[in-house]
This record gives sequence, structure tokens and C-alpha cells, in this order.
Amino acid sequence: MLFYALKRLIYVLPVAFGVSVVCFLLVHITPGDPLTAVLPVDASAELQAQMRAIYGFDKPLPVQYVIWLGKVLTGDLGTSIATGRAVLTEVSRAVGNTLILSAVATIIGFFLGCLFGFVAGYYRDSAMDRLASTLSVLGVSVPHYWLGMVMVIIFSVQLNWLPATGAGPGGSAEWAWDWDHIRHLILPAVTMSVIPMGVIARTVRALVAEILSQDFILALAAKGLTDRGIFIHVVKNAAPTALAVMGLQLGYLLGGSILIETVFSWPGTGFLLNAAIFQRDLPLLQGTILVLAMFFVLLNLLVDVMQTALDPRIQRG
Amino acid sequence: MTGTAAPIIDIRDLTVTFIGGRKPVHAVNGVTLAIQPAEVLALLGESGSGKSVTLRSLLGLHPPGRTSIGGSIQVAGKDVMALSGRALADFRGKTVSMIFQEPLLALDPVYTVGAQIAETIQRHEAVSRVKARARALALLQKVRIPSPERRLDAFPHEMSGGMRQRAMIALALACNPQILLADEPTTALDATVQIQILLLLRELQRELGLTVILVTHDIGVAVEVADRVAVMYAGRIVETGPVREIIRNPRHPYTQGLLASRAHGAMTGSRLDAIPGSPPDLADLPPGCSFAPRCKHAKATCVETAPEIRSVTADHWMRCMLDAEAAE
Ligand SMILES: Nc1ncnc2c1ncn2[C@@H]1O[C@H](COP(=O)(O)OP(=O)(O)OP(=O)(O)O)[C@@H](O)[C@H]1O
Ligand SMILES: [Mg+2]
Repeated sequence: MLFYALKRLIYVLPVAFGVSVVCFLLVHITPGDPLTAVLPVDASAELQAQMRAIYGFDKPLPVQYVIWLGKVLTGDLGTSIATGRAVLTEVSRAVGNTLILSAVATIIGFFLGCLFGFVAGYYRDSAMDRLASTLSVLGVSVPHYWLGMVMVIIFSVQLNWLPATGAGPGGSAEWAWDWDHIRHLILPAVTMSVIPMGVIARTVRALVAEILSQDFILALAAKGLTDRGIFIHVVKNAAPTALAVMGLQLGYLLGGSILIETVFSWPGTGFLLNAAIFQRDLPLLQGTILVLAMFFVLLNLLVDVMQTALDPRIQRG
Repeated sequence: MTGTAAPIIDIRDLTVTFIGGRKPVHAVNGVTLAIQPAEVLALLGESGSGKSVTLRSLLGLHPPGRTSIGGSIQVAGKDVMALSGRALADFRGKTVSMIFQEPLLALDPVYTVGAQIAETIQRHEAVSRVKARARALALLQKVRIPSPERRLDAFPHEMSGGMRQRAMIALALACNPQILLADEPTTALDATVQIQILLLLRELQRELGLTVILVTHDIGVAVEVADRVAVMYAGRIVETGPVREIIRNPRHPYTQGLLASRAHGAMTGSRLDAIPGSPPDLADLPPGCSFAPRCKHAKATCVETAPEIRSVTADHWMRCMLDAEAAE
């Protein structure tokens, strides 16, 4: 198993290399010079050349890449043009906040999704199944920023139960596990959980229905297992796929939370990306994308290894 | 039906109808069958004749909402139809257990073979994990699986077809049942492996005094292991008697057709499909003899009225109103 994990880790290296190249080129593909955002519009050609030399933009691309990669590997992602703070500091705080939001949303979505999925799969074509299926279809098809705004209108504006924006009191971006912060987490997390809830419910429903139709379920009943005993077998058979889908959903939320983070002004990576794009803050944009992409690669690795560990049918070759 | 001993399995006028679909499907239409302790009965018949449904009825395995069951089933002194919930679960696997056609599909793919056997033991008996595992190992040795210690922790997909069926037999025998139901246990296996599994079954049956119902398509298999044969057609038993008697003196035209098709076909493994025509639609059964549309001796009365049971000898009877003896 450990050997398999190591082998998979080695396979990840070329992917990581590709990701880094794309992130590096991002700065050079975007129209305009990366310096135009910093320099005054009427800067002289001399000044431009000087600045270019300072930033190393006059060297050939591969050389620039190697220098950049060397810095990245030592944790230097550059400096944000807008705030003047290290990109790494900005990104790691945002990653932490996004991780908290996405993880809590995924956990809520996983539990509700499994609940609905199992009920729907066990009682197929019953009223319960239709209710659970409708909820899960709504979950994947309702626009989430719209749902977010509805939640804000109901719970913040009308009922005044929960705060609508930010991650903590006074707009603080530093997370802490206390009630003042958790209050801020509830609305965005519940809104976001609707996505994994819908996907997981549908997956689990199909899985459970498929497992229940298999011969071994009859064989388990024939050897004297009670419904509860058979249920445990169904759960164990469904677990590898359900957990893999959960992992992929977490990855999806980590990278795709820009709308919800914007609606709730949640100081995470989506929010940061949004700010970086609108301020043309290229180093920040580059750093954020690089970190997010690497996250996704590692998450895929984790999901893969986990699924292999749980499902004996998958070859560990 | 030799002697006066009380039968261990006593099925009377069993009917099973599946009511979930558009039309009710009459899968079993009045099966009456008595089996003595330690007897081996081969249940023979074409695909769809209701063999598996009959076996599942003995374990009360039909989906309750979508099935209507009539008649009575007594197994080892228990009224199976009156059992439900916990009592039914206690009965399954303990008094009667079952092995299936395709062991790869009948074993849970994400549990090791050892875990599945131990689980069965712990379900029915209050024994420790360690003890259950030790018994699982002994069972694997009993069914002669090579290197049983290693197989204990193997998953079903890591074993060969023959080994899986041996493991399935070990699992079925885990709680020392009196009755073993085998639903085409060798159909999915290679010819040489088939013979080994049949020999193993016969040996275990003798050693443990098991009562066995063996479902098969293959008359060769029936001759090999069974004491008695029951031939099923469209949810009814049309003829039953001792193996030798049925082979030598088949009286029902359907049985005669089966035996003739075997004589024409290969010696073993021939499927019972050489009779012209096809079985009736179970959702729309004819009022008279259900074999009449395919029977070359059929008369007008056959189409109108269903035949009653007719004795040939003391333990040989059939459902046909013609005197088929003269016919062929
Ligand atoms: N759960 C069910 N719901 C509806 N119909 C069923 C169900 N189980 C079996 N049947 C029908 O009952 C009939 C008899 O099926 P059964 O499985 O007993 O046949 P069989 O004699 O075992 O055939 P085979 O040799 O192919 O295994 C078939 O027409 C089948 O479609
Ligand atoms: Mg069958």
C-alpha cells in the first residue's frame, strides 16, 4: 500500500511540472506587459527597460522560468502589487479560509447527501425517493449565488439571526473556532453544501440501487443476516465510490467557490482571485492559481490512494 | 417417498405469483413435493420453469410486497410461511442454507472469504471472533481449498471459479444446516471443475447426512448425484420418481423429450432446449395442461382440463392424462 502511494506520488511529478509551466506562462500570455500595471502610463522607454531588467523580464523565457521555479520552491511567490505583502502570506490565509468553508460545506453535504441517497436507493419509486431526488436535483441546478442571496435576505435581513458577510467580527480575515466566527460560517457553508449534497445524493442513490440488485444481497439474506446486517454490507460496498466523490467535490469546491465567496465576502481564495483579477495584480493571481492547481493535483492523488485502500477490487499494480 | 418416515421438507400445493409488473407472473403453480431426510433430489427443467423460485420459497426469500404465495411449506417441523423477521433470519443459514450458480456474484466483493464465513457463524452462534475464524479455516480445509490459511484473507475475485464455489459451499455449511439447496452449483464452471464440485457435494452429503435439493439443467448431473428426480414445467412438477426409474421408464411426454434431447446431444452439459416450441407465457397460462401446445400426443381434453396426479408405481407419479407408455 505504501509502495503504491509512493508510486502514485512519482506519477504526480510531471503533472505538477506542467501546472507550474502553465502558471508561469500565464503572466506572459496575458495581453500587455506585466509591468504596465505598475508603471505610470507615460513612463519613458528607458525606465521601462530598467524596470524590466530589475524584474528579470529581459532574460529568455526558459531562464526566467527556472529562476521563478527556484523561488517558488523556496516559498517565494513574489509580492502583491496591490497590497505590497508577500503573495504567500495572502494566499495561505485565503487557502485556510477556503479550506474551512469548503470542508464544512462538504461534510454537511456528505451527510445530507448520504442520508437522502440511502433513503432514495432503499425505497426506490416511493414518495420518499421522489422527495429526496427532487431535493438533490434542486441542489445541483439552483444557482448558488442566487440561493446565497435568498439565504442572506431570509436569515440576515429579515430574521437578523446570522451575519451576511465576512469571516469574523469587524470584517476580520483571521479564522478562529469560536462562536463569533462560526456564526459567520453558517450561511456560506450551508449554501455551498447544497452542491455536494445534490451530487452525493444522486451518486449514492444509484450506487445503493445497483448494490441492492446484486445477487450477493440475496445470498446474505439466505445465510441469515437481518436487514441491519445487510445494510452494513451495502454501506461497505458503497463507501469507496461515495468517499471518492466526496473528495472530488471538496476539490471542486476549493477551486470553484468564487461566486459564493464573493456573495458572502468570505476572505478565501475565490475572493482573492476576484480581487487579483480586478486589480490586475498578476503576481497574486499567478500565486493563487498555482497553489489552487497544486491543491487539486494532491487531492486527486489522495482520493485515488484512499479509494484503492478501501476497495480490494482495484488492482494495486 | 419410500417408507413411512416423516419428510423433512413437505411442500403442498405451493403457488408463487409476482404481482409487481403489468401482469401477474405465475412462476409456481401448485408444486407438491415431499423429501425425506438425507435424500438428494434433483430438480430438472427448462429455463424459467420456476426452479429457483421454488428454492427461494423454502427460505422465504421473495420480496414480500410484490409476491403472493399460496399453499404450505413445512421444513424440519417449521411452517416457513409463518416465519418472519428475526425468526426467519434465524432459520436461514442455520436450518437450511443455499449455494448459488455464480459464486463470484453471490459473495460480497469487498469482504474476504474468511470474514464472510466467520460472519455467518457469529450471526447464528455466540462465539468469539477468533473462534469463528478458526472454524472458517476448518471449513475451508473440509472443502479442500488449496492453502486454506492464505485463502481465508483472500477476496472472492482473487480466487478461481472452482475455488470460489468451494468457498461458497464452506459458507453454506458453516452452521451445520440439515438442508442444502444448490441452485445450479456447477453451471458456471469448467467441465473438469464441475465434476470435482459434484463429487465434493456428494461426499459432504453422505458424511453429514444432508438433505439436498439440486437444481440442474443437466440430466447427467442428476444421474451422478441424485436419489430422485423431479421434472418441472411451467411452475409445476410434471413427473417425479427415483433416478433409475425415470431414466428407464419416463412416462410424461416432456420427460421423454428431455431424455431424447440428451441422447441426441452431447453426453454431458447438454442444455434442455431440444424440444420444439417454447414454454408458455407465465403471465397468460393456458387452462389445460401447460405442455399441451408443445406435446405431440396432445388431445382435445389436454387443452381443456389440467391433468391430475397419476401414480405409476409407489414412488413414481406424473401429471399427464395420456398413457404415454404406449406412445414411445
Ligand atoms: N422477483 C421476480 N419478479 C418477477 N418475476 C420473477 C421474479 N423471480 C423470478 N421471476 C420469473 O419467474 C419465472 C421462473 O423463474 P426461475 O428463476 O424460477 O426459473 P428457473 O427455472 O430457475 O430458470 P433458470 O434455469 O434460468 O434459472 C421466470 O419467468 C422469471 O422471470
Ligand atoms: Mg434458476
